[in-house]
Amino acid sequence: MLIAGRELGSFLNTTWGWAILAGVLLIDGLLFNAFALTDDPRFSADVLEDFFFYSSGTTMIAGVLLTMRLLAEEKQTGTIVLLDTAPVSEASVVLGKFLGAFGFLALITALTIYMPLLIQVNGKVGWAQIGAGYLGLMGLGASAVAIGTFGSAVAKNQLLSAAIGGFVLVTMLLGWLLGRVAEAPIGDVLSYLALFDKHFQPFMRGRINTESLVLYGSVVFAFLLMATRVMQSRRQQ
Amino acid sequence: MIEVQSLSRYYGTHRAVDDVSFSVKEHAVVGLLGLNGAGKTTTLKVLAGLLAPSTGTVRIDGVDLADAPVGFRKQIGFLPETPPLYDEMTVREFVRYVAQLRGLSGAEADARFPDVVQKAHLQGFEDRVISELSHGYRKRVGIAQVIIHKPRVVILDEPISGLDPKQIVEMREVVKGLAVDSTVFVSSHILSEIQHTCSRVLVLHDGKLVADGAPAALAHRASGASLLLGLTGDPAAATAALAAHPSVTGHTVTAGDDGRLEATVELSTDDREALVAALVAAGLGLRRLEDTQDELEEIFMGLTKRGDA
Repeated sequence: MLIAGRELGSFLNTTWGWAILAGVLLIDGLLFNAFALTDDPRFSADVLEDFFFYSSGTTMIAGVLLTMRLLAEEKQTGTIVLLDTAPVSEASVVLGKFLGAFGFLALITALTIYMPLLIQVNGKVGWAQIGAGYLGLMGLGASAVAIGTFGSAVAKNQLLSAAIGGFVLVTMLLGWLLGRVAEAPIGDVLSYLALFDKHFQPFMRGRINTESLVLYGSVVFAFLLMATRVMQSRRQQ
Repeated sequence: MIEVQSLSRYYGTHRAVDDVSFSVKEHAVVGLLGLNGAGKTTTLKVLAGLLAPSTGTVRIDGVDLADAPVGFRKQIGFLPETPPLYDEMTVREFVRYVAQLRGLSGAEADARFPDVVQKAHLQGFEDRVISELSHGYRKRVGIAQVIIHKPRVVILDEPISGLDPKQIVEMREVVKGLAVDSTVFVSSHILSEIQHTCSRVLVLHDGKLVADGAPAALAHRASGASLLLGLTGDPAAATAALAAHPSVTGHTVTAGDDGRLEATVELSTDDREALVAALVAAGLGLRRLEDTQDELEEIFMGLTKRGDA
C-alpha cells in the first residue's frame, strides 16, 4: 500500500499525471458537448449512454498512458532496485503499482461526474443508469490498467510499454470482430473475451451484468499474475 | 558471516562470474577490484539477491540466499553505481519512503534520519528536492537510503565513480564509517581507492577470483615492474649493465641526439633500487625513472601471468 501511495503521490506531483487528467477531462468534455448534446431533442438516457460510450474510450487510453510509467520507468532510471531489494514480494510490488494507477484513474473518472449531472439539470436520468455506467467504466478501466501494468513489466522502456499495453488492449477490444467470423467454440471464446462489445454496452444502458464484472475481475487477476511472474523471472535472467 | 561457494553466473552463454569462492567476517570492508567487465557488478548483484546464482551458493549467517524469505532482504543494502533516486521527492521524503519500504515505521524512520544524514554527510540538504542535487550529493543520498534500515551487509558498486577529488576523500570517510555497524562491500577499478578504504581485497579478472588478501600483501604479490629510464653515458655500458642484472627480463636502449639515453626495462621482481645502484656503478648517470604501467595494470599483469603459469 506504501507503493500504491507513492505512485498516486507521484501522479499528483508530476506534469504527466496532471496532463493526463486534463487531457481526459478536456476530450470527454468536448465529445460530450459536440456529440452527446445535440440540438435535436433526445431522451436523457440516450445522451447518458453516449456519454459513457465516449468516456470508455478515454478511460482505456488513460489507463494505458498512466501505466506505461509504472515499472518501465523504474527499470529505465534504475530505481527498480529499490523495489527489488525491498523485503516485499513481487506480487505486492505489482499490486501496489496497479492500485496506485487505478486510484488515479478512478479520481479522473470521478471528476467527469459533472456531465451526467448536467443532463440531470435539463432532463431526467436514473441514478441506477449513472451508477451502472460508472461501475462499467471502473471495470473497463481496471482491465486497461492491469493490461498496461503487464506491458510495463515486460517492456524495457516506457514507449514499448505503452505499445504492448495498447496492442493487447486493442486486440481484446476487437476480439468480437474475429469472434463473429470464427467457428464455435473459438468464436464464442473470442466474443466472450471482447472487453467492450459484449461486456461494456449493457453498463451504458444501466444494466449490471455479473458475468461482465467477473470477466473484468478475471482479466485484472490474470494480467497482474503474469506481470508478477515477469518481475520474478528477472532475477534468473 | 558471508560465505560464497563456487559461485558462477551466466548471461545466456556468457560466463560473467566463474567459480568464485570466499568468506567474509563481520565488520570487514571488502574491496572488489577488477577492470570493467571483470564480474564485479554481477558478483555484487548476486550478493544483494538481485540475481540468482547460476550455480553455487551465497550464505549470509548460514542462510542460503536462494531459500531466504523475502523479509531477509532487510539485512542487505545495495547501492548501484547510479544511485536509484526518485527525483521529484525531497531527501527527507525519499529516505522516509525507502525506510518504510524496508519495513520501518514512519516514526522509526524519522528517528533514524538525523543519524543517517550525519553518516552520509548530507547536513543542510535534508529538504532539498533530489533533482536539484549535484552528482556528488546524489551519491550521498544513495548512501543515506542504503543504511536507513541498518542493514548488516552494505554493498556499494563504484561509490566514488564520477566524484571530484574532495568528494572522493569524503566518500572514503563515509565508507569507513559504515563498517562500524555493517559488513561493507565496495567495488572499484582504482587500486588506490581500495587501498584507502578496504581491509581486504578480492581481485576479479574475467570472472575469476585471481587474488584475495590485504591490500599490502596484494601489492607485494604483483612483484614485477616496467620502467622507463633516462640515462647519460655510454650506450654499450648501459646495455651491458642491464643485461647483467639478474631480474631484468627485457630491455632496450636508444641514444638520443643530445647524447642522452632512453632505456625501457622489464623487471621480474621490482628491485629498482639495486638496478639503479648497478647502473651508477657502471659509470652511468640517472636523470629520470618512470613506471610505464600504473599500479593496477602491474598487479593484473602479475596476477594473470601467475594464473597462466
